[in-house]
Formats: sequence, C-alpha cells, structure tokens
Amino acid sequence: MRLMENAAGRFVPDEINGEGAIPYQGINGYKPEGRKHNPKIKSCSDYPTDGNKLVKNLKTALLKAGLRDGITISTHHHLRNGDLLTNQVFDIIHSLGIKNVRWFPSASFPCHSHLLKYLEDGTINHIEGSMNGPLGEFTSRGKMKGMGVLRSHGGRYQAIQDGEVKIDIAVIAAPTADFFGNATGDRGKSACGLLGFALADSIYAENVIVATDNLVPFPCLPWQIQGNNVDYVVEVDSLGDPSKIVSGTTEVTKSPDRLLIAEYVAEFLDSAGIVKNGFSFQAGAGGTNLAFALFLKEKMKQKKIKARFIRGGSTKYLVEMLEEGLTDYILDGQTFDLEGVRSMRENPNHVNTSPFTSYNYHGKGNFASMLDAVVLGATEVDVNFNANVVSHSDGLLLHGIGGWQNCLFSKCTILAIPSFRDRIPVIVDEVTTLVGPAELIDVIVTERGIAINPKRKDLIKATKKSGLPIKSIGEIKEEVDQLCGKPEKPKFDKSKVVAVVKWVDGTILDSIFAIK
Amino acid sequence: MAEKLIASAGNNIEGTRSDCFITIELMQSGGIKLNISSKVASLFENSIKSQILDFCKFYKIKSANISIDDFGALPFTISARLEAAYRKIMHDPIEAYLPGPNLPKIIATDKNRLRRSRLYLPGNEPKFFPNASLHKPDGIILDLEDSVHPANKESARILVRNALRFLDFSPSERMVRINQGELGLEDLEQIIPQNVNLILIPKCESGEDLKLVAAKIDSICEDKKLKHKPWLMPIIESAQGIENAYEIATASNLVCALAIGLEDYTADIGVERTKEGNESLYARLALVNAAKAARVQAIDTVFSDVNDMDGLQKSVFEAKSIGFEGKGCIHPRQIPIVNRAFLPNEKEIEKAKQIAIAFEAAEKKGLGVVALGSKMIDPPVVKRALKIVKLAEENQLIEKSWRNES
Repeated sequence: MRLMENAAGRFVPDEINGEGAIPYQGINGYKPEGRKHNPKIKSCSDYPTDGNKLVKNLKTALLKAGLRDGITISTHHHLRNGDLLTNQVFDIIHSLGIKNVRWFPSASFPCHSHLLKYLEDGTINHIEGSMNGPLGEFTSRGKMKGMGVLRSHGGRYQAIQDGEVKIDIAVIAAPTADFFGNATGDRGKSACGLLGFALADSIYAENVIVATDNLVPFPCLPWQIQGNNVDYVVEVDSLGDPSKIVSGTTEVTKSPDRLLIAEYVAEFLDSAGIVKNGFSFQAGAGGTNLAFALFLKEKMKQKKIKARFIRGGSTKYLVEMLEEGLTDYILDGQTFDLEGVRSMRENPNHVNTSPFTSYNYHGKGNFASMLDAVVLGATEVDVNFNANVVSHSDGLLLHGIGGWQNCLFSKCTILAIPSFRDRIPVIVDEVTTLVGPAELIDVIVTERGIAINPKRKDLIKATKKSGLPIKSIGEIKEEVDQLCGKPEKPKFDKSKVVAVVKWVDGTILDSIFAIK
Repeated sequence: MAEKLIASAGNNIEGTRSDCFITIELMQSGGIKLNISSKVASLFENSIKSQILDFCKFYKIKSANISIDDFGALPFTISARLEAAYRKIMHDPIEAYLPGPNLPKIIATDKNRLRRSRLYLPGNEPKFFPNASLHKPDGIILDLEDSVHPANKESARILVRNALRFLDFSPSERMVRINQGELGLEDLEQIIPQNVNLILIPKCESGEDLKLVAAKIDSICEDKKLKHKPWLMPIIESAQGIENAYEIATASNLVCALAIGLEDYTADIGVERTKEGNESLYARLALVNAAKAARVQAIDTVFSDVNDMDGLQKSVFEAKSIGFEGKGCIHPRQIPIVNRAFLPNEKEIEKAKQIAIAFEAAEKKGLGVVALGSKMIDPPVVKRALKIVKLAEENQLIEKSWRNES
C-alpha cells in the first residue's frame, strides 16, 4: 500500500484490504462506467410453493445461506442502540469457528461493543460502515485486523449497487414479518418505523434472511421489504430492547447556548428568504436540531407559512408540524420516537423513504439535493469551511457519517455547532479528518456568531441587514483560541491507515491514521 | 508557613465540566512532581504542564507534589484553582497570581445605562462564564454570596477575579455580588482592581452599611491608583432596609440603583412569598419611591420559575407598571423576555413619536408650549416621550429615520 494525494490534498491509500481504490477527484469529478451489480438469478422452484420460508433458527438460516470464512455479512441500524440481533448473529458465527468476516452494517451503536472480542480474535476482520464509540476507539488504536471503510448512507447504497461491496448474507431485523419474508418496521413490539436501510441489501445480497419477533399470517402489510427478495425467515424471541430502539420521547436541548444556536439558525433561514410557502427542510434529531425545528415552527405559524415537505429523522415535533398543517408531507428516513412510529403507521402523508430515494449518488437524482435547507452537526470545521463528522480534534474516530455527506448537497447547508466543547475547539485551522468538502458547506452557526461561506454571496447579501451576529469564520476562531489556548496536534502513526472515509461516489476522500 | 502543607481546590464531583480539581502538597525536597489527568490531555497536556510550572516559579515553590484532575478547564480557571489551593496552605495573604493574557480594555459604564436584565452566575461554576454575555443581559453578576458554599468562598473569589481579568463580558455590564460584612470587604480587595463596573451589596440595612463598602472601595482605588470606581447597587432584603431605603440610596454618589430581594424580605417579615406578591407590595412601592426620590434606578427581584415564560413576562409588565426598571434573571432564556418587556411598547412609542414631533415643531417656532391638537403637553411628559423615542431608536424598535417616514 502506498499513499497518494487526492483532489482535496489529502493522502489516501491506493488499495483497501487488497482491492484497488480510486482517490477523490472533486465534487462531481468521478463518473463510473459499466453496469450495476446483480446477484445470481434464483428460481421460485427452489422455494416452497406454499410460501413458507421459515427455518428452525438463526443458526440454521446462516448455515443454509452458506456461512463460511471470509464472507460479507450485512446488518442494519434501524434498531439503533436496542439491537440484540446483530450480536446474536456474531455469537453464532463465533461458535462455529468462522473467521475473517467482513461486517457491513449500515451503522453501529454502543450496544455493538459486544463485538469487540470478535474483532480481537479474528472472527471479524474489519468493519465497513460506521465505527461508533468503543468500536471507533478500537479502530483508532490500530487494533482492527483489516482496514475500516466509512461510508455515508447514500454511499452504502452506491457501494452495493455498484458492486463495490458484494453482500453474501444480509440479516434483516423485521419488527413484523410473515413467513414469506414480507416485512415492516412500523408495528410490532420492536417497532422502529421503517426498514429503508435494508432495502439495497434485500435487492442485491446473494442471500437474505429476515428475522422477526412478530410473525403475522401472510400478507404482512405494508411490505417495506418484499418477501420475493427473501431466502429464509426466522422467528426469534426478541430483536432488541424496545426502550433503546426508539425513545419514548425525544427531548429538546436545555442548554441555553445550544438554544441560542438553534434560534440563530431559524432566524438566519428566515432572513435569507428561505422560509416561504412550499419550501422544504431537513433537520436531525440532535437536541439542537430539535430546538431549531421548534423555533422555525413558531416563525412559520406567525407568518402563516406551510412547507411542502420536511425530511426526517422524524420525531414528535415534526409529527406535530404535520398534524397542525405546517407541512404537507414528512418524507422520513428514520424514526426516532414512538410518536414518529405511530404517525408513520397511521398517516399516509408521513411517507417512508430509503437511501435510494434520498441519498444515492448513482441514481437518477435524489431528494437530498432538492432540499431548500438542511441543518446538521459536525465535530470540527476548519477556517476554509471543510468539515469533519467522524473524528474529534484529539484524533479519535468516534462517529459514523450517516446521511451527513449526502445532505451537504442541499441548497443551503448549515452546520449548527458550538465553537468549542469544554476546552476543545470545534473551529480549527485544519480538520483532523475531511468528511465534507468546503464547496458544499454554506453556513456555520455557532453561539459566538454566524459565518457564511464567502462563495455564497447571495446569502451574505440577503442577511446583511438581519441584525444577526454575522462574522468571518476567522473571527470566531480567534475568539475561541483566545479562550482555549492553542491546542497541540494529536500524534498519528502516518504509516498506518486504520480506516478510510469514502466520498458519496465511492472515491476515497481521506484516511484515518492510527493514534500514537 | 503553616503546619498543614497539603490542600485542594476546585471541583471533581461527577459531571464536572470546564473545571478542575487541584491538590498541592508542599515538600522539603524532591523538586516539582506533577500528576496530570486531563480530559483534553492529547491537546493541552503540555500547556497545562507549563502553566503549573509557571505558577511554581511565581511563588518560588521548589518542591511539591501537584496533581490535577482536569475536565476541560480554561487556563484562567486552572490558575485560579492553583492559587486557591496554595492560599489554603499559606493562610497569610499572598500576592495574586495573575498571568496574562491581560484585562479586557476598560470601559466605564454610564450611571443611568439600561439595567433591565441582570444574569446571576454562581461564582464557583466557571463553565457558565465564557458564554454568558452571548445571551446579552444588560449585566452579568458573578455571585460570591448565596450561590457559593461557605467552604468555597475564597476559591470563588479568586476564580471570579480571574474571570474578570481574562474574559470579555461585553456588551454586558460587569457586576459582582460580594458577601455580607467583613467577608464582603475582603472580596473587594481582589475584585476592585479587575475592572468591575458595579458591585451589588447584599442585605443592605442602613446608610452605614453602604458607607463602609464605599469607603473600602475608595481606599483600594487610592492605593492602586485606579481611575474608575464601580457603581453600587445595594440590595434591600429586610424590613429595616426598606425603612432606610432613601438613606441608603443617598449614602454615596456611587449608588446607581436600589434593588429588592424578596426571598429574604418575606422571611424577615415572617410570611410566605407568593406569586401574587401582596405581602411585598408595600416594600416594593416604598423602594421605588425611595429610589426615584434619590434619582437612582429601581430594580426588582428575580423571577425564579425558569419554565414559566408567560409568568415572567406578566411579572415584568407588572414591575414596569409600578416603576421598576430592571429584573433579576437566573437563566439566560429569561433575558430576551425581560429586555423586551422593559422597552416601550408600540402604543407608547407611537404616542411618544407624536409628542416628539410636536416638541421639535414648537422649538423651531420658538414656542415655549408644546401642544398636541388642542391639548397642552407638560414638560415632564415631553421629557419622558423623548426618552422613549431614544430608547426605541437605540433598540431598533423604530428606524433612526422614522421622522422622514411619518
């Protein structure tokens, strides 16, 4: 392996786990050729004509699906931190002495630190997806056998569709399913909302297992996952811990500084003329983002403005906006609380989406770029507007990308972040890891002021007389440095790439190095 | 030197943020031994180390074991905790450890400036300090009195002193609430040289109480050759204090306002504090009257239910209607509501604009009498109208060019 410089000036490896890799070539710089990946043709004569694909247990299903050394197993994060199934899958794999598995989750959560021991003993070779919390730290310390790959939700769909990752076995956790494999996430004791993250896997994986703790007679409706793509169905006692799958209620931040940031974001969008009838926006479920949605809601009510659609991560706050007539639709990618799940189940205008519709870069368009505004977080932003969402200034990998990279394509991308956390600066000279190129980041909103990317002359002009604290990003950084002092740089072993960050088109945007 | 050679200062209870806990043990020999555990070690370990060594050099400490448990404390907090621990060992007064960067530039404040909102910050909680002014209270009170545990009085005093020196609280006025009595006079020694704009004097009962503080400030200012003296805001919190309100307000020309504290007042008169506040109506009216008679501002107590924003707004309107000009805040989210409610409302502004125009027209014509239609306007009414117009302009409630539009 050697490192080469990509179009963003970052050094990235020319191969990943023995396979060739393409360096980042700029926004819209890389155009793939060829055809999409396809799994083998199957025949219905190989499946029970009565439609009953139930097998005895998970172990049987995995063995029938061809479990062996070195294969790729995919799982999904719609059960979030309540997921028990993924851990069960790897307990079985480990008990059978299988080694060198590539784990391909759509995201990982703290509950998956159960898998650390399997990373240590070689059951799992490496993770492609996200490495959160303890898994990220494990990776950062250079302990993972293979090289990790971080992808966005859209990038994951792209990688499957392009054949970059060929999934041998997809295990889909289904809060409700029938014996044919039709499955839905919007009901059942482990209800999570929707199963969009598993859509690509259900279409492109060689073998698809649906595991459910709420088996219903055929047909399971709605069929978010179609049984016609499913090989085996397994009934399990429990998929996970419902209280950790969705929260009973999601809470708005109480921090006065974060509320101030949220208020500034809403004010900014209004001043910039973006909040008008028929507009659209997306905001995540972090405390600051929820607060933003509430401030925006007040503005919309005052001015009698109705959105055409809001993209979720949905929560009770977005559901209230839908039910109070402040938006025509919620186009939902993930449901964070019980109210969100209920609304998705009952309200036809609360629509489930997938990374294919919303984020896939190798599709014929996607919803993310159509949004008028998106409000995101970040771990770091540099003075050139490049942003990081996976590692912290101390160099540790701690988060996945999620839909973050995909959302950067909206018409107005806002990062709502504190300018420092305790003593750790968030506005820095150069990001530790490049995850979001500056060209796509329009506005940084901090508690100390709002910085607009100099490229967005239109936004600068529109908000000139807003009375908002608009500053240069350099000014904000200076204030932070004055408070915190100049930080040292974390020490990396630059000869050891422990993971790479992919751009939405499958090229390599940056490397994550082992921490010394 | 004292007999006990080990002491600690700071916070390390669970959930501590932006603070640290420091233990210093002075030794006979062995040099300086550091034990640094920090949440931000990978970014600031060397900085913390050199800060501690600089501190040792300053006090000529040759041998000591110093340990720090750091939760992302900013440098001004670390130096305050070091000094506080060292003071506990030394007992006797020692020189202040005040490393740079230095004082924000001195901006003296106007005696009659707006003091609608004043935000109380507990003096021993550094995490609240750096961002408080972003919420734009008219004043920030670094509190050394009721919000600080008696055991932490000296630590808090050092921390507040460093905060005044290191942090720029603008656009807010820099205020400190000192302790009562002797402790309060000791607070002044540390606080006054650090460019504080206003001192709140708690539980002020008489003109004598006030004069004691004013005299101490005079002597410190003379001693340190300080040009600016801070304004004084006595807080009246007892029946006796209410009886002496006018005497207190006129005891020094540094007094810019009288404030009322109702928790202690209601306890003093032996009744419960209620939301309606009938029990304190007399005291509040008496205080307003005394303040106005002395030509100083009348400032109301805090509103303590941080979740009741409607109640807060009502309470500010009520306070304004009986002559108060400011209210205490205990949470930043209260600030915009208080600030807005103390400004003139639309109806008041409209009327004031008409009077201002009539006044300017009369002046131009050289008329001594201002009239609006057939109605004569008395000079004090004109004066109040001009003040309202100015306030509205300054707070962007009306354009500066409103005369051209109407």
